[in-house]
Amino acid sequence: MWDYTNKVKDHFLNPRNVGFIDDFDGLGEVGSLACGDALKLTFKLDEGERIADAKFQTFGCASAIASSSALTEMVKGMTLDEAAKVTNEDIADFLGGLPKEKMHCSVMGRDAMEKAIAYYRGEAEKQVEGEIVCECFGVTDRQIERAVKENGLTSIEEVTDYVKAGGGCENCHDKIQFIIDDILGNAPRAAKKPEALTNIQKIKMIDATLEREIKPALNQDGGDIELVDVDGNRVMVKLRGTCASCSKSQITLKHYVETKLKDLVSQDLVVEEV
Amino acid sequence: MNPIYVDNNATTRVAPEVLEAMLPYFSDLYGNPSSMHTFGGSVGSKVRAAREQVAQLLGALPEEILFTSCGTESDSTAIYAAIRSNPEKKHIITTRVEHPAVKNLFEHLGKKGYRVTVVPVDRQGRLDLDTLYKNLSDDTAVVSVMWANNETGTIFPVEEIARKVRERGIVFHTDAVQAVGKMPITMADSAIDMLSLSGHKLHAPKGIGVLYVRKGTQFAPFLMGGHQEGGRRAGTENTASIIGMGRAAQLAMESMQDENTRVKALRDKLETELLNRVPHSMINGDPENRLPNTTSIAFEYVEGEAILLLMDQHGICASSGSACTSGSLEPSHVLRAMGVPFTAAHGSIRYSLSIYNTEEEIDFIIDKMPTIIERLRQMSPFWQR
Repeated sequence: MWDYTNKVKDHFLNPRNVGFIDDFDGLGEVGSLACGDALKLTFKLDEGERIADAKFQTFGCASAIASSSALTEMVKGMTLDEAAKVTNEDIADFLGGLPKEKMHCSVMGRDAMEKAIAYYRGEAEKQVEGEIVCECFGVTDRQIERAVKENGLTSIEEVTDYVKAGGGCENCHDKIQFIIDDILGNAPRAAKKPEALTNIQKIKMIDATLEREIKPALNQDGGDIELVDVDGNRVMVKLRGTCASCSKSQITLKHYVETKLKDLVSQDLVVEEV
Repeated sequence: MNPIYVDNNATTRVAPEVLEAMLPYFSDLYGNPSSMHTFGGSVGSKVRAAREQVAQLLGALPEEILFTSCGTESDSTAIYAAIRSNPEKKHIITTRVEHPAVKNLFEHLGKKGYRVTVVPVDRQGRLDLDTLYKNLSDDTAVVSVMWANNETGTIFPVEEIARKVRERGIVFHTDAVQAVGKMPITMADSAIDMLSLSGHKLHAPKGIGVLYVRKGTQFAPFLMGGHQEGGRRAGTENTASIIGMGRAAQLAMESMQDENTRVKALRDKLETELLNRVPHSMINGDPENRLPNTTSIAFEYVEGEAILLLMDQHGICASSGSACTSGSLEPSHVLRAMGVPFTAAHGSIRYSLSIYNTEEEIDFIIDKMPTIIERLRQMSPFWQR
């Protein structure tokens, strides 16, 4: 069971401001059923343009509900400029802290507030900026960059805790690490990401890599490799010579051939012997 | 108030009879069962008796019973024994719904160069047997299929699978941690080569497991050192727990009828009433071939961790297939493999009963659950739509 503060427990068991303001001035919706948590936030302004009332509806765990409850309590009485400055850390601090794995609940609150303010100000719904990095949770490189910069994150696990990216299939871990390294100055960022390869380009590159990099290495041990077919990201090969009868051929295939092709052609390739 | 414990697929209470059988071996009877003297020898004879009790529960021979530290150790021992006995074979088969003890080991072996076939399941959690059989090959070192699923209770036809696998000369292992004690098992008539079980799932303490190894099965030890367990698992025996395991095995045989009648009736009542009283709820898993004590119910549009914490307020202890309880962000791999929609997977609760549950407890849960779900749905932005 998660180690929640008494304040988180209190706001979960006795949530404040549950509901929906019918004649709302601001409306912000974030999250989805697929992601496991979602928040719909509405607010009403008073004559002095301060938030007179704020209500929420949340689908999610205890900390998602507590974060929503805390946010609505915090922003009441604030001007919109003040409310726009409420950070996810402020929400977590208000609750006496959240488990690190649950920080994304506080980020959801901050994002909903931003959207609700944009709605009131008549600003166009922000298009998702940047390029999707985490397909599982639909998180972009810009969102990851922001989380890393604002919260001083240094690892993939922390990024997952804050914005969920990388918490699903984990295929995006390399890209997340690249973003972290870039921000922390650990590695020069590539000028431009490679464009997606067409099938013909992919096959040519695989063939060229086999000829240039892989075959010479296998030939040294009396082995060889032949490209049989490429189906999507499946690279079908046949091992020849000593490689064909070697007891470690599967290790060669996965740890050497596949790694080389991933590094030099595309991370999505899977090598199979046929 | 005592908790209402319906999380018995996670662990069970130690039966009072088991505790009583174990206690002397923590105090006066502390001899090493391997010792030559009478003091140790008397403990050794109790270990032998426990081995016979477990063998009886499984319909096996005492020499086919290997005591380990847990189900996970039994699984690892079996799978490593199979692949190390067949080093030339580089293909292994398992299913998408295994317990992490098997799932993670297969993933690890995949990274080490093994070709892994992972057999899918359908919406009811039933195995795609055609895929399994089609992938059997001369290169297959081991097939590992759980007997009953820990989350949904779905029972797989492992006897039939084992026969087909044996015809191809391939080793078959089953993780039977959830099945043993809840359904009759007779290894003498079976084609299963190795079977894992765990004491704490059938009212023995945590820290004791069993691996059944069919006589004649090629076996490479996982732990090497002394000659304990016939040289197949070195290390001084966990004597008190082994003795407790033996007593628990004996009790399981006696209680199996109760499990299949009274416990099943309680489970069915809980399930029927909750489905009647809570709209947008459904059962996960095979409605027919299921453990008598288990039901996994999905409550749409609410999230599992929040449900569990509100249940906890009433002293009701269960489990969830929700992502938030596991530290992961994806709901249970079992429910995802079954294609349970996200609307339901996030709000799935597993109730697993034991012989100690009463009708009053089930009535209490039936009374409280609709209010809990309704309370969370009133907060959910999806419920009004």
